[in-house]
Amino acid sequence: MPNDLNASRRRALAQITAASVATLSPWALRGALAQTTLTMGVIYVGPKDDFGYNQAQAAGAAEMKKIPGVKVVEEENVPETTAVTKTMTGMIAQDGAKLLFPTSFGYFDPYMLTLAAKEPGVRFSHCGGMWTEGKHPKNTGSYFGYIDECQYLNGVIAGHMSKSKKLGFVAAKPIPQVLRNINAFTMGARSVDPKITTTVIFTGEWSMPVKEAEATNSLADQGIDVFTMHVDSPKVIVETAAKRGKMVCGYHVSQAKLAPNAYLTGAEWNWTTAYKTIVDAAMTGKPHPNFLRGGLKEGYVKMSPYGAMVAEPAKKQADDIKAKMIAGSFDIFTGPLKDNKGATVIAAGKTMKQTDIELERMNYLVEGVVGSV
Amino acid sequence: MRDAVAAVALPVAALLAALALFGLFVWLGGASPVETWVLLFKGAFGDWFSWQNTLQRAAPLMLTALCVALPARAGLVIIGGEGALVLGGLAAAALPYAMPLPGSIVGTALVCLAGMAAGAAWIALAGALRQYRGVNETISSLLLAYTAIAIFKQLVEGPLRDPATLNKPSTRALAEGLRIGGIAGYDVHWGLALGVLACVGLGLWLALTARGFSVRVVGGNPRTAQLVGLPASRLILLACALGGACAGLAGAVEVAAVHTNANASLIAGYGYAGILVAFIARQNPFAIIPVAILFGGFGAAGSLLQRRLGLPDASVQVLQGIAFVLILASEALRDLDWRAVWQRPRLPSGTVEAQVALAGKAA
Repeated sequence: MPNDLNASRRRALAQITAASVATLSPWALRGALAQTTLTMGVIYVGPKDDFGYNQAQAAGAAEMKKIPGVKVVEEENVPETTAVTKTMTGMIAQDGAKLLFPTSFGYFDPYMLTLAAKEPGVRFSHCGGMWTEGKHPKNTGSYFGYIDECQYLNGVIAGHMSKSKKLGFVAAKPIPQVLRNINAFTMGARSVDPKITTTVIFTGEWSMPVKEAEATNSLADQGIDVFTMHVDSPKVIVETAAKRGKMVCGYHVSQAKLAPNAYLTGAEWNWTTAYKTIVDAAMTGKPHPNFLRGGLKEGYVKMSPYGAMVAEPAKKQADDIKAKMIAGSFDIFTGPLKDNKGATVIAAGKTMKQTDIELERMNYLVEGVVGSV
Repeated sequence: MRDAVAAVALPVAALLAALALFGLFVWLGGASPVETWVLLFKGAFGDWFSWQNTLQRAAPLMLTALCVALPARAGLVIIGGEGALVLGGLAAAALPYAMPLPGSIVGTALVCLAGMAAGAAWIALAGALRQYRGVNETISSLLLAYTAIAIFKQLVEGPLRDPATLNKPSTRALAEGLRIGGIAGYDVHWGLALGVLACVGLGLWLALTARGFSVRVVGGNPRTAQLVGLPASRLILLACALGGACAGLAGAVEVAAVHTNANASLIAGYGYAGILVAFIARQNPFAIIPVAILFGGFGAAGSLLQRRLGLPDASVQVLQGIAFVLILASEALRDLDWRAVWQRPRLPSGTVEAQVALAGKAA
């Protein structure tokens, strides 16, 4: 088994180096010895190269492989059934993993929580779950990003670039995380021109390429000229919109490669930041980070580079707002805010910070969205 | 006796051939075939951990495979087990909404019965559409599966939704006392025992009882069945209902032992995987048990292959594909007269003399 030999040789070298550094500087001894090796497991619900949710996670994992002493084991296409329990226990028992990243939403409850209670020596970090102090085990935690900030900026660019003033949003399910993105995107666009509307279609599934293509075509037929989305893999929507001669703002990772002439910009995850924090804590024996959240400012999310066709005024307005977001002086959800049925959802004078738990319970579509929950 | 030998030897030979081909395949991809074989075995059957992994994955497939195999013995090709499974799970999760249940084994049994009833009704509907309205059951059962999934989602995301489930709409969780636990503290839950019992029970029913025999007659030759006065429609509906009940039970077990509530993760494709299991098992309930375990083994081994060798998930699907094509193709050899093959006169073939000699022999 040449692979194993290489790996252990590399590991041995890393340990020798760590030890010699430690002898050189006695005060660094503790830190260097604690930094031995760490096997971490990453589990994906779909393919690692899906141009979407899973690829964004895999990009974070790939960065972790570069850290000396970290070994990454991965498994893709793991459904949210006992299969994920088996994968997690396998990573612990067969691979010796001490840190697990079950990345799909449905892995959290019951699979990860149940197993974490039985494996107090292993750390679990879940993407997107609502980790709650006192309710969930200490060796578990969750990380997530305020990607609605990027969707707001997507909206600003889309608002400038749209000629028909009609935008399209292909969404998986009417759940809070998705509604928040639809609303932020629409509000960004309407900050450019209040006449703009966003038409939303829910496909009902996280990954259903046929329905996503149908939805994109049907929106294009209705005169929509800029698209964005919230599904696991935006690939089909990006390609279909480009084929119809429309523009797109991406999601999860950059899809610019798929449609260089149609891709304006995109809302991307930057999981390296969260992964690094969690891995560092595990390697140095610090307490497990239980609740990690961040936006543009913290480097949890980022924007794709602008496409060549994006006009200067659009870039300027988006960049200005982005700078304010990073400075912490811009809030998306501020009153007065009405939903698309005319009811006030945020009263005048009230400002919701990104950390506000109420935003994680969003159940409305804002004014300017055509569609219903 | 020879039949029994062929029944075991052919699939085993096919499996070995598939492993050899897969070794070639990974070798072309730059991985070591020997290491791959070792990992495949370790991952699926190497130790008690792997066995639990394999059996756990096999459990729901036994029940969904019965949903194909039983109607098949009555002459129907039903491929909509997924619908029966999700409705079974839904019924199991919904029962506590409708009536108070005792938090004991009686309550668990009622939950399972609700799942079985829902699954039975759904597949019997496909059978009835064929017997009374002449609708092709293969198409109708498949379309009914989509309908079932739509109903499932409508109810789970609507009236039955637990308002506390924000980003993953689910029904309210079953009470602790209604859930199904592991067998004697192991990871494998009682669903496996139910699956094995169902396969053995229904296999015996088909083989030994008059009713089971009647079902096989109906499936073997419907006209004969009618001529001897068998109630074909009733027997077909019975086979459909029993099959559907099995898939419904699989759904109920998934809810009671795994998910604790009904949510979209229940739609994991067990119903469709069951079709493959049933066909590989030649619609024989006894054969479903080893085939389902083999299937579970592929899943478990694939998991280890991905983690150790970094092979993509698709590579195990390639192995599974090769294995099943070869197993099905090996069926063609079943009726071959091996003795005749071996005893063919060993003359230099193709020469005139040889042909003359053969012709002389034939005359």
